Amino acid sequence: MTARLLRLRGLIRKEGLQILRDPSSIAIAFILPAMLLMLFGYGVSLDARNVALGLVVEQKSAAAASLTAQFRHSPYFAPQDFASAAAVQQALSRGRIEGFIWLQGDFARQLSAGHDPQIGLFVDGVNANNARLIENYVQQSWADWAAQQGAKTAIAVQPRIWFNPAVSSRDYLVPGLIAVIMTLTGALLTAMVIAREWERGTMEALMVTRVSMDEILVSKIIPYFLLGMGGMVVAVLIAVGLFGVPLLGSLLVLGLAASLFMLASLGMGLLISTVAKNQFVAGQIAIITTFLPAFILSGFIFDISSMPVPIQWLTHIVAARYFVAILQTLFLAGTVWSVLVPNLFALLMMAVFFLGAARLAARKRLD
Amino acid sequence: MVVAAMPAPNEPEPDSAKPLVIAGITRHFHIGKRLVTALDKVSASTAPGLVTGLIGPDGAGKTTLMRLIAGLLRADAGSIHVFGTDVRAAPLVVQGMISYMPQRFGLYEDLTVGENLDLYADLQGVATAARAARYAELLHMTGLADFTARLAGRLSGGMKQKLGLACTLIRPPRLLLLDEPTVGVDPVSRRELWQIVDHLVRKAGMSVLLSTAYLDEAERCDEVLLLHEGQLIGSGQPGDFTQAMAGRSFQVRAPGRSKRALQAALAPLAGVTDAVIQGEAVRLVLDAHTLPATISPPGFDDLRITPAAPRFEDRFVDLLRGKTGATAAVMPVAAEIIAPVAAEAVIEAVHLVKQFGAFTAVDDISFSVRRGEIFGLLGANGAGKSTTFRMLCGLLPATSGHLRVDGYDLRHATATARGRLGYMAQKFSLYGDLSVMQNLRFFAAAYGLSRQRRAERIGWALREFELAPLADATSRDLPLGFKQRMALACALMHEPDVLFLDEPTSGVDPLARREFWQRINALAERGVTVLVTTHFMDEAEYCDRLVIMAQGRILAAGTSEALKQAARTASQPEPSMEDAFIALIMADSAKTTGQAA
Amino acid sequence: MRARLFALVIKEFLAILRDAKSRMVLIGPPLIQLVIFGYAASFDLNHVPFAVYDQDQSVASRDLVADFAGSRAFQQVAVLHGPQHIKDLIDSRQVEMVLDIDPRFSRDLLTNQPAPVQVIVDGRNSNTALVILGYANTIIADASARWAASHGGAPPPAQLQTQALFNQNLDSHWFIIPGIVALLTQVVTLLVVGLSVAREREAGTFDQILVTPLRPFDILLGKSLPGLIIGLAEGSVIILAAHFWFRVPLLGGLVQLYTGLFLFTAAVTGIGLMISSLAATQQQALLGAFLFMVPSIILSGFATPIANMPVLVQELTLLNPMRYALVVIRDCFLEQPGFCTLLPQYLAMTALALFSLAAAGWLFRKRSV
Repeated sequence: MTARLLRLRGLIRKEGLQILRDPSSIAIAFILPAMLLMLFGYGVSLDARNVALGLVVEQKSAAAASLTAQFRHSPYFAPQDFASAAAVQQALSRGRIEGFIWLQGDFARQLSAGHDPQIGLFVDGVNANNARLIENYVQQSWADWAAQQGAKTAIAVQPRIWFNPAVSSRDYLVPGLIAVIMTLTGALLTAMVIAREWERGTMEALMVTRVSMDEILVSKIIPYFLLGMGGMVVAVLIAVGLFGVPLLGSLLVLGLAASLFMLASLGMGLLISTVAKNQFVAGQIAIITTFLPAFILSGFIFDISSMPVPIQWLTHIVAARYFVAILQTLFLAGTVWSVLVPNLFALLMMAVFFLGAARLAARKRLD
Repeated sequence: MVVAAMPAPNEPEPDSAKPLVIAGITRHFHIGKRLVTALDKVSASTAPGLVTGLIGPDGAGKTTLMRLIAGLLRADAGSIHVFGTDVRAAPLVVQGMISYMPQRFGLYEDLTVGENLDLYADLQGVATAARAARYAELLHMTGLADFTARLAGRLSGGMKQKLGLACTLIRPPRLLLLDEPTVGVDPVSRRELWQIVDHLVRKAGMSVLLSTAYLDEAERCDEVLLLHEGQLIGSGQPGDFTQAMAGRSFQVRAPGRSKRALQAALAPLAGVTDAVIQGEAVRLVLDAHTLPATISPPGFDDLRITPAAPRFEDRFVDLLRGKTGATAAVMPVAAEIIAPVAAEAVIEAVHLVKQFGAFTAVDDISFSVRRGEIFGLLGANGAGKSTTFRMLCGLLPATSGHLRVDGYDLRHATATARGRLGYMAQKFSLYGDLSVMQNLRFFAAAYGLSRQRRAERIGWALREFELAPLADATSRDLPLGFKQRMALACALMHEPDVLFLDEPTSGVDPLARREFWQRINALAERGVTVLVTTHFMDEAEYCDRLVIMAQGRILAAGTSEALKQAARTASQPEPSMEDAFIALIMADSAKTTGQAA
Repeated sequence: MRARLFALVIKEFLAILRDAKSRMVLIGPPLIQLVIFGYAASFDLNHVPFAVYDQDQSVASRDLVADFAGSRAFQQVAVLHGPQHIKDLIDSRQVEMVLDIDPRFSRDLLTNQPAPVQVIVDGRNSNTALVILGYANTIIADASARWAASHGGAPPPAQLQTQALFNQNLDSHWFIIPGIVALLTQVVTLLVVGLSVAREREAGTFDQILVTPLRPFDILLGKSLPGLIIGLAEGSVIILAAHFWFRVPLLGGLVQLYTGLFLFTAAVTGIGLMISSLAATQQQALLGAFLFMVPSIILSGFATPIANMPVLVQELTLLNPMRYALVVIRDCFLEQPGFCTLLPQYLAMTALALFSLAAAGWLFRKRSV
């Protein structure tokens, strides 16, 4: 074995032993992803189901009953009856209901007279997104009712939602979340472990041996790459096994994308730790420059094309953006090369850039 | 052969026989807003096959020089050649010839002893076949053979240092750099470390550069380089340094009088280079032109002056005094107060026990301290002295036993009782982000002084400790000596009756240490009771009485004089405090193993 | 007594503000988060790229396409001439929606048959898909009603009149940005308080103040007040930014708002002190703060409604002070709540604050003197 390989073997074995003996790196790599996935999978849903909807029918009539029946039978609503407009308004401002339907006293009379009466829908607009979903659901129920009443719409809309016909938000949140979690294991873990070597003085001891900086970097990358991929496997298993998210695309491409993303994340982690030589600062920088952007600027929850243009430019330097696009496509759409190729290429560029920058920044000196 | 601090020659001859040729090395650092010169045109060279000591207090520039030699830093000016190779031009070549053990050697604490050795064997390219023999040799030498499966983090301080040394030596280097290998190590391990170093040089013909802040270690080196504030103030063989002081060191006693008053009276006299308390006597160093007969401190008639063997430290102090022009007396002398004859016990510990789970940190110890006494708790790391100290301060509850400080158990005492206590923690822990003034203000208020009193005491502290010019400086950036002064000022803000000091002078330069103890002496003369914990034998000399602790128990108690007397043997007619300490520890461990067998 | 407490508080502030690292904690992350959340975090869609596959090519179909293209929500990026490209465009995410107009469209319109229009949406982001579908439905329903009105067809029997209260334009910034007030107040308070004891433990100054005559209660108070003050200050800055920079209306009373913010900061301070008394190092404190912060933000209703969570998780959120703070702050921004309306939230936060501060005090005594 050459001296160089011998040194690498020693460093990698050391790193592996340290990972095995330090419960916190195992926790960050395996338990944190599982915990976050559970939390998101179970706790976060953008779908409105069982919306607490108030109903105020000022005068009972067959027409009013047929309309309210639409809401009572819809899976989206959990209607509650209120006696007066005053009562329902109070309930809304107390946050007990999210919106209400108001049928005024002369609703039935106007209807039978063909006078085109009004159905009042009031939603709590504070949560705008939720309000919009409720409006859509009510509109559907209303359209169904109008059709029952014999109305003909001039244009019939046939909605087709591809890739996610059940429109379950979990199916799109969970793949995106994997990217966020991998950022955490990749960048945060690496940044912290190298900063730890600086803090404990072990880096100084390594540096005076004949080890080159390349060897130190490679020896950090290999074990944490494997650790991160392990976390990735756990996350994918949970996503598919526990949450039943379909995985339509090629596993091979998934592996390739995850590898490239992991390398980019590790590169960032290495770069951060060479800049900040203490764990506290490294942790802070890692959270601000990798975790938060992965969360907000990656398109994981918030739509990138709707952001202001300067922020859209900014998202191009967030590696997670490309990985999220790949994950959502691979899970829900399949192996769509037209999405995968440009995003894989972008990830490759990012990996090369960050690893290269880390190599340039890491000098075998203390000043 | 050592080249003294001369103006650097333009380009030294690359001499491949010399381990180290340093020429005009200068290096600056920014600390806060200050530009600090860590090394100022240092030139020196060392000879092969010798132990060269790099000696100076903390902040003298030792570590910077070590790192420059190891190629971890770049110099602002000057050059360093290791066996004729320029470090700057070919750092990897140099790193192939040297081994460097940094101050906090980077042992991987979650790896075992064996795994640490494997790692460094891989890094240094030691052939697999050669390892078994090399490991056996190193483990035997360091006494770690029985611990190969133990995690490095679970080793004692001394064992960690020895393992660090073993890792450094896994491939025998031509030049070995050791940065303060004996810091934080108990005297027994320290002695063992030195034996290893001696063995390496004598047997393997290695060249060693070893830095230390302990002046007594200078005498074990073949040659020394003295660093102070980034400048080389002397170099040569330690014997020459000591010889230069021949006939200038004395022991002075004044029977029936307080040694502290005597010391205070001697220090300001003309011709006195140094006057420090050593046991029951005062150790006096005179300048080259003064004869002992001419020494007559006012008020002392019956002086007994006997010649004493010169020490390395005498020369160091002599050099520093010549450089800074400071005299032995740096503060006003306190008036001598005759201590009350029947002094009552101020600090009392009776059958004190502290257990952490199954581990007994303090095992049934008892002692008492009288008013106006300086009392020492001496022991290695892990001997239980810090635990005892923390219990006395009320920071930890005792498992059983009884303790009183100034009549109170501080654990249950009211806030007012704590107000009579001053506390100066190890490493001078003050708020580093606050300025000197802000620290003083905070502690004055924390001790509940009235507004007027606060103003008075802060004024006193700035004057007395000469901190006024630095009042607005951020305390983290202060030099060590000033941090120590400020810590003492804060601890004395409320004029406490009892003062607790935890390793108060570790690492500070000899002059600052003298100044510090002079203040403490003055306080004791005024009736303040002082409790000191330390593992520095030097600090033990200042104590009136002390106890030596090991493994939670008290091995011996008494004056330093008495403890040294007890260690006197035929082979060691004049044992030092350290000798006495080691003798006690050895006797104790022999007894324990005897019982076990 | 007052002087000692004052000295402790001053000391705490100086320690935080004179250190560049802790200043960064106070200024850096909040600023970045405010910008990112304020601009990037929005569920609203505009300029959704879409393609048209008009198989009818009639006046009526072109009118419908014009309705879409003219809407602010949509932006037409492609015209298709065959069905085979639909898949390519959506797969490659070049468009999020395809408007597929049937060849019988104008004929059916004229013969009073429901004229078929297919709206194909990329469902990879289900929320976006639903919102796009909602927009499309509205545009088509309007077009449908217009056609009916002008061609004498039967109008629907009743009109649905929709009104969004408190946020007429359904601008989701009005939802997210007041949420940031609570979010950042929590982050900053937690970091300031959570790390403060651990920092003193590491520096050794904690022992130093424990041996002074200061009582544990004084020290605890001296640690909580700065957290409370900094939290309130941070909250105020973001309230100002929300109102004057991001133009979110501030309708409710400041008394109601600050009562809520104060109780919230007190509860977070208590939690921070609990973390702080348990952590031996800053490292552990940072980890502890992170472990509390992530679930507490996710399960607060900050981005997703609590009502959508499983019942068990919903019950868990009752222990989360941020849940109550969000209700108070959002109500105060967009509504004009009375004191009584917010009373349940105030009471819950008071209970949490009292509990966490008491627990912190207990842990503090246990760990120190």
